[in-house]
Amino acid sequence: MTETFTPPTRFAVPGRIAVSKRAAAVWQTATITEIHRETPHAATFRLAVPAWAGHLPGQHLMLRLTAEDGYVAQRHYSIASAPDDAGHIELTLDHVEGGEVSGWFHTVAKPGDTVEVRGPLSGFFAWPGDRPALLVGAGSGVVPLMSMVRHHKARGLDVPLRLLVSARSPEELIYAREYGAETTPVFTRSAPEGVRVGRMAAAHVAPLLAEQPPGGWEAYVCGSNGFAEHASRLLVAAGQPVHRIRIERFG
Amino acid sequence: MNVTRGFTGRPRVPNAALPPGQYDAGDDWPVLSAEVTPELTPADWSFRVDGLVEEPRSWSWEQAHELPASAYEGDIHCVTSWSKFGVRFGGVALDAFLDVVRLHVSATHAVAYSHTGYTTNLPLADLTGGRAWIAWEFDGEPLAPEHGGPARLLVPHLYFWKSAKWIAGLRILDHDEPGFWEQNGYHARGNPWEEQRYSGD
Repeated sequence: MTETFTPPTRFAVPGRIAVSKRAAAVWQTATITEIHRETPHAATFRLAVPAWAGHLPGQHLMLRLTAEDGYVAQRHYSIASAPDDAGHIELTLDHVEGGEVSGWFHTVAKPGDTVEVRGPLSGFFAWPGDRPALLVGAGSGVVPLMSMVRHHKARGLDVPLRLLVSARSPEELIYAREYGAETTPVFTRSAPEGVRVGRMAAAHVAPLLAEQPPGGWEAYVCGSNGFAEHASRLLVAAGQPVHRIRIERFG
Repeated sequence: MNVTRGFTGRPRVPNAALPPGQYDAGDDWPVLSAEVTPELTPADWSFRVDGLVEEPRSWSWEQAHELPASAYEGDIHCVTSWSKFGVRFGGVALDAFLDVVRLHVSATHAVAYSHTGYTTNLPLADLTGGRAWIAWEFDGEPLAPEHGGPARLLVPHLYFWKSAKWIAGLRILDHDEPGFWEQNGYHARGNPWEEQRYSGD
């Protein structure tokens, strides 16, 4: 039998981006070289990973910490940096209440400390810069999307790219100083004078779908599950095809 | 062992039920699908088994509920490293469906697919013998849409990406064929006790 199964709907696109089996399987030592605060709750950790095989914007890695008694904690984190930063990657982590890994990063970690990473992992949420991309994120969900924005900027790509990013307040908007004309921030609790306060709504999404490029957008949604549900529904309601929405949920 | 300076981790109670690299998510049940949650009602739902079977067939919601009820009580494990203990799912054992269609002697594997088009591959040995269910209840309540309701596949002894949400059918094959996450770098089988997370593990 050589029959190949084809699913009845189009979501299960064949692996758009091949993932290196070797890179995914091998743990590497990463050294923290810089830490800088982004917001009161989020900081960026720059890591030197000399044998890093490179990644595509949107990919994540698995990170592990080991205690003296051998106890191990591992978590998935999206990569914030653009792929061109050879031998280095950046992670932006929220300080999660009671989080044992993010807690270590925010209260203990300093330059020179080492952690272990493996990856990059999963080609599904990756964006190589080949198709118009509509990015929608909230909170630290903007991290993998920022890798895409940085890649777009660093390579001077002319493929259309738009970012809709939701934050509680201007103070909590991660990477605020890096955004340009491609970005529309949405503030849910407090906003600069003259800017409306409120949840991301159809009115934010509609103009982006109205100015759709030829061939349409590839949509990338990242945030908490509640946000991902809300934002993906807004996109579908505005006419974005379901099978062209990729979602990364922060559990 | 590569000890992380100053890392102690959570206070730990030895728990033999926790596979390596996992933590107890407690009451949380994170949602980790890469898809838009479909608007799928029981009236829209159906489940089909075809491929290498003697009698391919489909079940409507009502027809599936006529099969003998079966429950799973135990633990579930997600590849992103959380585990959830003592969950209770209600539905029908997959064996009840497979007994009706009768597997062909050459059958070895299955591709499970969802109403959304999501796919995942499984050896038949992981789907038979009371190890897999079609589940539509969680804790005695209808399964929530974001957790795969109205009905999902449940294969609790493997990482949870194998338990396809919004299950639409199984295609029975005589070979293994990678599904959605497996094509995207995840392990072909996904046994949490062997830490089969990524292909190459």
